[in-house]
Amino acid sequence: MWKKVYEWLDERLGLNDMYTNLLDRPEPTGNWWNTLGSASLFLFVMQGLTGIFLTVYYTPSPDHAYDSVQYIMEGVAFGWLIRGIHHWGATLMVLVVFIHMLRVFFTASFKYPRELTWLIGIGLLLMTLGMGFTGYLLPWNQRAFWATTVGTQIAGSVPFVGEFILKALRGGPDLSALTLQRFFSAHIWMLPALLAGLIGIHLYLIIKHGESHFPSKED
Amino acid sequence: MSGSNELSRRDFIKVTTGIVGGLIGAAIGLPTISYLIDPALQEGGKDVWVSIGKFEDMQVGVPYPFSFTRVQVNGWERTSNSFGGYALRRSDDPKDLLILNSRCTHLACSVNWSEEAQAYLCPCHDAKFGIEGQVLDGPPPRPLDVYNEFRLSADGLVEIFSKAG
Repeated sequence: MWKKVYEWLDERLGLNDMYTNLLDRPEPTGNWWNTLGSASLFLFVMQGLTGIFLTVYYTPSPDHAYDSVQYIMEGVAFGWLIRGIHHWGATLMVLVVFIHMLRVFFTASFKYPRELTWLIGIGLLLMTLGMGFTGYLLPWNQRAFWATTVGTQIAGSVPFVGEFILKALRGGPDLSALTLQRFFSAHIWMLPALLAGLIGIHLYLIIKHGESHFPSKED
Repeated sequence: MSGSNELSRRDFIKVTTGIVGGLIGAAIGLPTISYLIDPALQEGGKDVWVSIGKFEDMQVGVPYPFSFTRVQVNGWERTSNSFGGYALRRSDDPKDLLILNSRCTHLACSVNWSEEAQAYLCPCHDAKFGIEGQVLDGPPPRPLDVYNEFRLSADGLVEIFSKAG
């Protein structure tokens, strides 16, 4: 019965082909450093899921942001767990993505024909940092407020266009409700959408080119 | 590899990945369910006695309107809910008091006493209740709810027992 259902689906979806090409594809001999890309993907999915769950209670408004985060931590069952995973997962993701980049650099995996994979990877690293920067403001506590004051001020020190960048980031000259709202929007809609799209291309390129061989002594 | 009774390296990895993945999924998935439904499991407020007015102000045969608010903590905010009703003295006996809840039994709008119609009218779906709360017309499935527990305080106030929520 189930076999027939599976065969029906496989004939139309190509499940077996997908399995062979995605999960059972040949890999060069590697080591644990080669798993950091998958680890980054896992962390991205975890951040996505816990982030979605946090929005059930979190309220991006100066009046409610702090109280809603306190409520998640103390009022809701397992709120501390969901937020804890999101909080520590964020730090871990920046770390893992960065070490992933170092691995690719030191094994020279960025060379032909994988330059695009590398460039998109740089974009992914920058966007991961952007996620960290925008997410840091959302608890709306003293640390978040002043960290964003300093961060946007640094962005504002760019010659000539600094003033404009600062206002564009803050949504005005001051840190306000507009800042919180646009950071929230960037954090849950714009950056994740871009990240997901670029991760798709990144993965496609990896499947297409296969993974690079570990360089030998002759290389 | 295949054909032998020993577990192949590949199969071992597959099974281990499945088990570890399942454990991680359960460790996060089950608390998440609890996290999502938590507000539905919270207890409401406490039961209290609420004063609805002076007994001497209530005339026999004339519905006496009253209202009170109760505060409920929802999440990090306090929500005040308004309640109201009508007290009706049916005779001179102070015990012969009918206290109706003005919440319509159809879909919870507030009914109002109409002197003209001599009935409680609901603005939402034209429900009509008689002076004792019985359904006269419209969609309500049952008569208006009655506050059965009431008492007369020493200083002449009528108090009703308001249940949580």
